[in-house]
Amino acid sequence: MADQAIAIAEETTGVATPVLRQRDRTAARLFIISLRGSCVLFLIICGGLVAELVWGAQLSLRTFGVGFLWSSAWDPVTEHFGAAPFLYGTAVSSLISLALASAIGIMAGVFLAEFAPRKLGVSLGFLIELLAAVPSIVYGLWGLFVLAPFVSQWLGPALQDTLGFLPFFQGTIYGVNMLTAALILTLMILPTITAISRDLIEAMPMRYREASLALGATRWETVAQVVLPSVKRGIFGACMLAFGRALGETIATTMVIGNRPVISTSLFAPGYTVASVIANEFTEATTNLYLSALIELGLILLLISIIVIGLGRLMLRLLER
Amino acid sequence: MPARRRLTGGIWVGASAVCATGVAAVLLLIMAYIAERGIGALSLSYLIHVPRPIGIPGGGVANGIVGSFIIVGIAALMAFPIGIFVGLYLGVYGYGPRAEGLAFVADVLAGVPSIAIGIYAYTVLVEPFRQFSAVSASFAFAVLMLPLVIRATEGAIKVVPRELREAATALGAPDHRVVGKILLAAARPGIVTGLLLALARVTGETAPLLFTAFGSQFWELDPTRPMAELSLQIFNYAISPYSEWHEQAWGGALLLIFAVFFLSLLARLSFLMQKGRGPGRAE
Repeated sequence: MADQAIAIAEETTGVATPVLRQRDRTAARLFIISLRGSCVLFLIICGGLVAELVWGAQLSLRTFGVGFLWSSAWDPVTEHFGAAPFLYGTAVSSLISLALASAIGIMAGVFLAEFAPRKLGVSLGFLIELLAAVPSIVYGLWGLFVLAPFVSQWLGPALQDTLGFLPFFQGTIYGVNMLTAALILTLMILPTITAISRDLIEAMPMRYREASLALGATRWETVAQVVLPSVKRGIFGACMLAFGRALGETIATTMVIGNRPVISTSLFAPGYTVASVIANEFTEATTNLYLSALIELGLILLLISIIVIGLGRLMLRLLER
Repeated sequence: MPARRRLTGGIWVGASAVCATGVAAVLLLIMAYIAERGIGALSLSYLIHVPRPIGIPGGGVANGIVGSFIIVGIAALMAFPIGIFVGLYLGVYGYGPRAEGLAFVADVLAGVPSIAIGIYAYTVLVEPFRQFSAVSASFAFAVLMLPLVIRATEGAIKVVPRELREAATALGAPDHRVVGKILLAAARPGIVTGLLLALARVTGETAPLLFTAFGSQFWELDPTRPMAELSLQIFNYAISPYSEWHEQAWGGALLLIFAVFFLSLLARLSFLMQKGRGPGRAE
């Protein structure tokens, strides 16, 4: 009876009574242990990611050494593998998309935070955030059936007519090519850059703007000379996060880049990325060395994105303080 | 030259307006296009039948839809408990370099390419058993969700007013009760939102499935065997040379968008609706 009363009292107040302290102490210890245990488990999972990829890549690492990075051979029959065409394709497609998306995205973020009427800003921002969640397979599907024909029939010829003297815009125009991949990636990372830029700008204290306006600067001058410089590290961080996403994007790129392991200056030629070759050939890898070479590509991708994302996060974190 | 300065400013502001509305408009147009193409492919038979060989009309993606639920469901069972516990640790005791390091690791993991995580799942759960399986796909999804769950839980705990925790502690409640009865209750809206967003993040994720779940043409409910999944079906249909299968891909894409938007909107709504109640109110 007394036990029951104590239990009820404890249940309702959440306060430990002396009688039950022993049980509570056990529970408290269990609680701490499970929190710590989860953290350790999480770190093991993270460490396992790197360790498993290094382990799986061992055979390829030993066979090809560092030469793997700049060899452009990719021949499963003779078992000669090199990463160069894939690294090139990943770098070119994601750098172009980063350049386009950061220019447009930062401008869009500025508009949403500074100039848009409140209701328009909120609804546009909500829309863009919602679209950030659209899966990449959807963008890939649209890119393959709508954007690729558009590039080969309209955008490609138009670029060739105007800028055809540049080596990037010469040669046969394929529908699935480096340019299409870069454009799809641009669309996919735009919401990230726009949303983070907007948040950073909105978080800036009003008094900086007021000071600048009081000194006679126009609203745009205030943005360009006061607001943007003070959040530039954060925006750089946002761009790095978006760049990391473009580097690792797999499905959408695989569907529109053409999947041919060649290095070509022309953006109208098909290419291949690190992520795409893994996606396409992983289940077809018949020999251990082939599989190991693909895993090494995954390892390279992992390390590059850890560096890029880490840098981006560091920048955003420094700004938070 | 105030007039010229104002003009330059006006041009830039106009350009920024064009960028913002342009981004939203292009993305909306893409969605509208997919909706239009997808509606034509959707039908009851599409939702309740398994794929049929090319040439035989009528197949559907029912096995893929069920497969998606199974794979994401198992992933949630793996990721939610660990993620919430790590998030609790960071939210409750998370001060100092060790906790900051842990949070940083979670942030970096959130940006790791899903294809690399797919390889990880392959080496851990496919290669040793010599069989593709839904569980390995769930493992990959769980690794993708973990950082989101962790950071959402941590964030939700950290915005709970300090006084609430202090009051409970002052009354003599031990830590596990403070967390269980006070902090978790107050932080629930934020945590639930985070969990829903994590689900939205992996719904439609395709890359790691290529060599984990692998896909299947048949009904398959055993998670230790290869299983169909909706986004994987869309991918295979899209890169096939047949126009009937392309139709099926558009239908699937529309379903995926529905699912993701539903989860995202639910996340926001549940946050708004729950925030008004419960002990988490700051006033």
